[in-house]
Amino acid sequence: MATAHITVEHLTMAYGDFVIQRDLNFSIGRGEVFIVMGGSGCGKSTLLKHLIGLQQPAAGAVFYDRRNFWEANAGQRIELMRRIGVLYQSGALFSSLTLAENIALPLREFTELSQAEIADMVSYKLALVGLAGFEDYYPAEISGGMQKRAGLARAMALDPEILFFDEPSAGLDPVSARLLDDLIISLRDTLGTTIVVVTHELASIFAIGTDSVFLDPDSKTMLATGNPRQLLAESDDPRIIQFLTRGQGRGDIRMGVS
Amino acid sequence: MRKVESVQQSDNIGRVSLRPGENASAVLEIGGRWLRDAGTEAVEGVLASIAAQSVKRLEIRPVGLEAWDSRLPCYLLKIADYCTAKAVDLDIAAMPQGVRDLLVLARAVPERAGARRQRERSSLLVNIGTRVLGLAKDSRLLLVFVGELILAFGAVVRGRARFRLLDLFIFIQDAGPNGFPIVSLISLLVGLILAFVGALQLAMFGAQIYIADLVALGTVREMGPLMTAVIMSGRTGAAYAAQLGTMNVNSEIDALKTMGISPMEFLALPRILALVLMMPLLTLYADLLGILGGAAVSYSAFDVSWVQYYNQIVKAVDMVDVAVGFGKSVVFALLIAIAGCMRGMACGRSASAVGDAATAAVVDSIVYIVVSDSLMTLVLNQLKI
Repeated sequence: MATAHITVEHLTMAYGDFVIQRDLNFSIGRGEVFIVMGGSGCGKSTLLKHLIGLQQPAAGAVFYDRRNFWEANAGQRIELMRRIGVLYQSGALFSSLTLAENIALPLREFTELSQAEIADMVSYKLALVGLAGFEDYYPAEISGGMQKRAGLARAMALDPEILFFDEPSAGLDPVSARLLDDLIISLRDTLGTTIVVVTHELASIFAIGTDSVFLDPDSKTMLATGNPRQLLAESDDPRIIQFLTRGQGRGDIRMGVS
Repeated sequence: MRKVESVQQSDNIGRVSLRPGENASAVLEIGGRWLRDAGTEAVEGVLASIAAQSVKRLEIRPVGLEAWDSRLPCYLLKIADYCTAKAVDLDIAAMPQGVRDLLVLARAVPERAGARRQRERSSLLVNIGTRVLGLAKDSRLLLVFVGELILAFGAVVRGRARFRLLDLFIFIQDAGPNGFPIVSLISLLVGLILAFVGALQLAMFGAQIYIADLVALGTVREMGPLMTAVIMSGRTGAAYAAQLGTMNVNSEIDALKTMGISPMEFLALPRILALVLMMPLLTLYADLLGILGGAAVSYSAFDVSWVQYYNQIVKAVDMVDVAVGFGKSVVFALLIAIAGCMRGMACGRSASAVGDAATAAVVDSIVYIVVSDSLMTLVLNQLKI
């Protein structure tokens, strides 16, 4: 396996006294497509919030390249956060800005590029996600799938080392979801970006995942980690098999397993 | 200036040079470090020299390319687009695999025809015309809203309106008792100010006792209803617009419609009822505090006793004056609630649209309040009431 980019040690997540997940241990290798999966309400999105520094762990630690995120001071933390890009579930584009302004915002704040260079960069990022020519549109004027891709263009604006996706295929038709998956893979292949995807979309999990963690809402901890195809082939845990086969059991179908 | 600095710091520079070849061909050599803040020659310059040499075949080749990120494919995309437009043969086979893949990806989805927008500069006439049309549209919106509201009131009278009584009580609580602190503060201070301004003039004639007339009449007929209305338009009218606007953004209003429940009855009616029920009472309360403020000034600064003040007020203000103020506040309440609910329900579907709706609600209701107040004062004056 590649060297660890993010390491999670004994992480416990809680809202007040209400524990979501406890004692999570896994690491995300450089250049992996890491899937965070599990049923609804198991704490996938909460785990994402912990990974991207929006929420502080109740116990345990998150390391970026062996640097403890929550023990770093505020300045270092901002430095670490600038190396990641996040695509939120509904795009989270700023609705009062055009697509071009949305993508230009981090470029303008954190780089020394000139206006013309920023405009070129915006056009390039939009072209990458298949939205060439949509610079002057407001988020409300384009469809949900396009908003999502525009959100990806913004997440990629600063060439992040790690890209996080929260339910990338939610609300997309199967073809668009597939295209987004392809896009994620080509970004990983060309830029070497580490990708972390929170999803329960089986097709995506098997199509793009190279590593994963499976969270269980009942026992409130992780059940397994590893390549999702391998998990399907080798796991003995009926809960994982149930999830990965849409409740049909291993005997019936082997989706996407080659 | 900044470019030079960054070059010195890390030798962060992306080199590019165009070497002309035979038969209208050319080689573009790319080298150095193409990283985020690297200094490079502007792509327009390169395109200009390609155009100047009327190149028909262009090869892009890496020569000592050390590192690259999005800067390089972004740069090459401009060149590739130019080549496509000018039918120049482009060969990038020698570039790193990643760069080629990204270029393919960026050009995979062709620009949708008609997607790009022309930034057009509109003339003054067009602007004025658009505004006037917008005004006409707004008035239509208002008429439709008032019409629907009347129908909804009809439903209430027939006992068929669908809204939750609990909602009505919550809105009453919010528009009434919760408004006490701010209304108390403002009306007490306005009473004080009114008394001071008047008293300084009246004291010149030794007529301090008439402070009571001035404050009481001014507060009961005008300032009480007006100040309460202005406070409530900012406090409650804007809140209505923001609540309904957010519900519209979340498709909650659509959900009500598809359930066959009229949003007018379910959402607007309880809000409007609550404000119309509460604001006149708040106004009476504001009148009382305004008069108290005046009394405090007269007593402490101008030697008018509490009893004198009271007697003077009883002589000066009769029930008609109170009724006029009360009636005005009913009208104001209706206007504020209508402006708030109408702007909220007509809100666009974005975060900034909710803010716009709240702003428009406050502006509208203040305009309605002042205009209707002037009209009512004029009419009452003519009728000698």
